[in-house]
Amino acid sequence: MLCIRKLGKHFGGLTVLEDVSFDVPVGGIFGLIGPNGAGKTTVFNLITGLLRPSTGTLSFEGRDLVGLAPHQVTHLGIARTFQNIRIFKEMTLLENVMVGMHDKLGYGALGPFLNSRAFRSAEAQGRERALELLSWVRLEARAEMLADNLSYGDQRKLEFARALATQPRLLLLDEPVAGMNTAEKTVLMEEIQNISQRGFGVFLIEHDMRFVMGLCDRIVVLNFGRIIAEGSPEEVRNNPEVIEAYLGREDAEETV
Amino acid sequence: MEWLANFWATYSTLVYSIGVYALVALSIWLTLACGLLSLANAAFMGIGAYVSALLSLQAGWPFWAVLVAAGLAPAFVALIIGIPTLRLSGVYLAMATLAFGEVVRIIVLNLDITGGPEGLNGIPQSTRGWHIVAILGLAIYGLARMRRSRTGRAFEAIREDEVAASLMGIHVGRHKLFAFVLGAAMAGVAGGLNAHATFFISPREYGFENAVDILTMVVFGGIGGLVGPMVGAAILTLLPELLRFLHEFRGIFNGLVLVLVVLFLPKGIWEPRRIRALFGLGPREG
Ligand SMILES: Nc1ncnc2c1ncn2[C@@H]1O[C@H](COP(=O)(O)OP(=O)(O)O)[C@@H](O)[C@H]1O
Ligand SMILES: [Mg+2]
Repeated sequence: MLCIRKLGKHFGGLTVLEDVSFDVPVGGIFGLIGPNGAGKTTVFNLITGLLRPSTGTLSFEGRDLVGLAPHQVTHLGIARTFQNIRIFKEMTLLENVMVGMHDKLGYGALGPFLNSRAFRSAEAQGRERALELLSWVRLEARAEMLADNLSYGDQRKLEFARALATQPRLLLLDEPVAGMNTAEKTVLMEEIQNISQRGFGVFLIEHDMRFVMGLCDRIVVLNFGRIIAEGSPEEVRNNPEVIEAYLGREDAEETV
Repeated sequence: MEWLANFWATYSTLVYSIGVYALVALSIWLTLACGLLSLANAAFMGIGAYVSALLSLQAGWPFWAVLVAAGLAPAFVALIIGIPTLRLSGVYLAMATLAFGEVVRIIVLNLDITGGPEGLNGIPQSTRGWHIVAILGLAIYGLARMRRSRTGRAFEAIREDEVAASLMGIHVGRHKLFAFVLGAAMAGVAGGLNAHATFFISPREYGFENAVDILTMVVFGGIGGLVGPMVGAAILTLLPELLRFLHEFRGIFNGLVLVLVVLFLPKGIWEPRRIRALFGLGPREG
């Protein structure tokens, strides 16, 4: 379980998050929604150690996350993707995924130079595992291609596979369908459901309400840095404050 | 075979220089491979040259021990200056390492033991061709193996996107420091080889101009692989000899080359993918 308690963040005089508390279970699909600029990405940045909270606490499976460096958060079993896709474009798909296995490939510093058996077998196993992860998102046929050549939707899928390579228990997805066309959205939605069914906890951010409704078991709604609702998709959809937050903004209906 | 002997007598220094600068170019390639724009390697080379020359001249150490010290001394310095400076990114790191190079040059210029502006004379000429070949070969082998390991992938990931790399569980700071320190050691050994090949060293050889020269070699050759930097080192070591009449303007010429390559061949002259495409072969990584 990821526990967020009284989390606050300000940049200079600008308060971006205030008194945010909720729990994310390791299992199922949990959604964080809210209009643009509500502070959703900031929540992910705080969890993954890219930013330090101004107030409040964060813990995962009972371990305190505050003050940890990003790679340490990854070691605890949290992985993430980015709102603006950040794959390694000049590497092949396979290499992208194998970067995610960095700490899982157990061989000593000298292994590569002596071409030791431990090194060769770890690399071979890692490669196989990477191909399997790519097959989960149906990209294994293009494993040797440079990631830069992928379509936007496929780059997102590669980012999923790469994140899963770190063997997370909880996967944070920041607006996984932003900028996708309807067909791509449908595909990605299926991939997210598949990932969840394989036993990974999914915690996703979205600002398009319709998309999360069919996908999430539970939803938290953020507006201007504060939580205004939490509950099942049904409860959230009918919450007057949520409707107000969404209708009161220009981007309400054009969030395609 | 007489012509060969004559050729060697005339050009051995030049051939040695190519080998030495290939090693230095690889040392810069290593830092660039990890996204660090460091201009400190000329100074690291200088530290290696002076430390090794002094150990030969004043302490009479055997050559192999001298070379080990030539690698360790700058590596140690890199460890100390790397911890605070490697947090800087891009051009700020370039400026910090450039300033470091100037500090080293000024220290060497003003100490008695280093011979001040006159430099050091009478360094035993212990460097043999096979020393350079063996050390360069070892460096190439080591770096080539590293590229195919998780460390190599981590370097490339860091170069492309530091934040994404850290969230893959990679300790970014430690990898950068490793690349910086190892690069310093390589440059230092190259300095040691150079000092014991040329009889004489002075602070002028390891200053700002040299730092830019070395970077030019790598950018000119291409940072996509290990071959590019060495090709760049060979060409830019030979070129001034071929264009002796340009000597005064060498700095301008190097600057011009750097600008032209960056503009028209952003990946350097040695880019396997483009070369294969030129010959109608399929794309592959090199
Ligand atoms: N590093 C930062 N420095 C200053 N302001 C920031 C920073 N990151 C985010 N913000 C501000 O915080 C607010 C919330 O941003 P964000 O979390 O990205 O929103 P969302 O993801 O919900 O669209 C925005 O007003 C944004 O400008
Ligand atoms: Mg966002």
